[in-house]
Amino acid sequence: MSENKNNKKNWPLWEVFVRSKNGLEHRHFGSLHAADAEMALENARDVYTRRNEGVSIWVVESKNITASNPKDNGELFEPATDKVYRHPTFYDLPDEVKHM
Amino acid sequence: MSEKEIKNLEAIFEAKIARDEKIEPKDWMPEKYRKTHIRQMSQHAHSEIVGMLPEGNWITRAPSLRRKVALLAKVQDEAGHGLYLYSATETLGISREELYEQLHSGKAKYSSIFNYPTITWADIGAIGWLVDGAAIINQVPLCSTSFGPYARAMVRVCKEESFHQRQGYEIMLTLANGTPEQKEMAQDALNRWWWPSLMMFGPTDDMSTHTEQSMKWKLKRKTNDELRQQFIDQTVPQANILGLSIPDSDLKWNEERGHYDFGPINWDEFWQVVKGHGPCNKERLQTRVDAWEEGEWVRDAAMAYAEKKAERKVKQAG
Repeated sequence: MSENKNNKKNWPLWEVFVRSKNGLEHRHFGSLHAADAEMALENARDVYTRRNEGVSIWVVESKNITASNPKDNGELFEPATDKVYRHPTFYDLPDEVKHM
Repeated sequence: MSEKEIKNLEAIFEAKIARDEKIEPKDWMPEKYRKTHIRQMSQHAHSEIVGMLPEGNWITRAPSLRRKVALLAKVQDEAGHGLYLYSATETLGISREELYEQLHSGKAKYSSIFNYPTITWADIGAIGWLVDGAAIINQVPLCSTSFGPYARAMVRVCKEESFHQRQGYEIMLTLANGTPEQKEMAQDALNRWWWPSLMMFGPTDDMSTHTEQSMKWKLKRKTNDELRQQFIDQTVPQANILGLSIPDSDLKWNEERGHYDFGPINWDEFWQVVKGHGPCNKERLQTRVDAWEEGEWVRDAAMAYAEKKAERKVKQAG
């Protein structure tokens, strides 16, 4: 928790994930500040689901998310780029083969 | 909760499924629904994990680099699919340790097809073509099953699996158009894998104990016999293109039914393999248990390293 010059604690940042309907995954909707998880959930309800946008909310304190760094994208994702054999189009089949 | 309250919740639950609404982990669900899903989803996960073994047998002996990278990618996908499914099963309140314990102790089942040996390279072709072909037919309807995490995992699995069958068929095509010995090898693999593949759809409808409840919960959208017929109907023309013959003298197109008629399946063999007496049951389970136990020091070392790093961070901060 960060402190300002008056030694007062600031509300931490929370990331909000909302499931818009059953069957779909929770999706990142945005973030907000709150004193604790319970308040974050209530604030998320008020901020992000005022028009019935969701049936379920997850909140997680932003500092608990470990994110990859975009500047590492080269080495992080490069191993997948040259593996064409992971795709169905790599395999040569006659046109008359159906259902495959 | 009173019996009346439970009955009421059950009615709401059944109505939800009837309306094609999905059930999510925190929603109320009958205990039987939870248990059945844990059983089926974990069996599915175990099948992906054990399913790596028959194919892994040929990675070092693949006939070309092209075949080798394709087979590696396929086996790697299967490991990934096992992980998606284990994670989805854990949303029902069972731990990964319990799931592994059930597999390793022999309490949980996995698909019997993986208890057959892969004795020639053509078996890798036949597995991709027939076993993955049958698996896809079983799995596509699961993309719209009622339990959300299972349905979402299956969408990923089906999408990623689309290359598996094609790589198998390509192997069969190459062998079938090769030397007489290669063609014979392909035919031999088809002979051995055909009937076990038909058994992958499970017992006939009149013998299947779970079908009715599973249809109601949309855990099954078509019956075992319907799926088996669909597999036969679409696989026979594929065998014809290869110039190979399906090892069933009763196999014949039935104009009236609009389907192929086929000969009797040896259900005694099916139950023998399910009960643990297939050609490779013991070997598969032992290989899996060995892999788990021999990997223990790696898991321990990773945990010890993580703890050391965390301690160092605390010291630096302090």
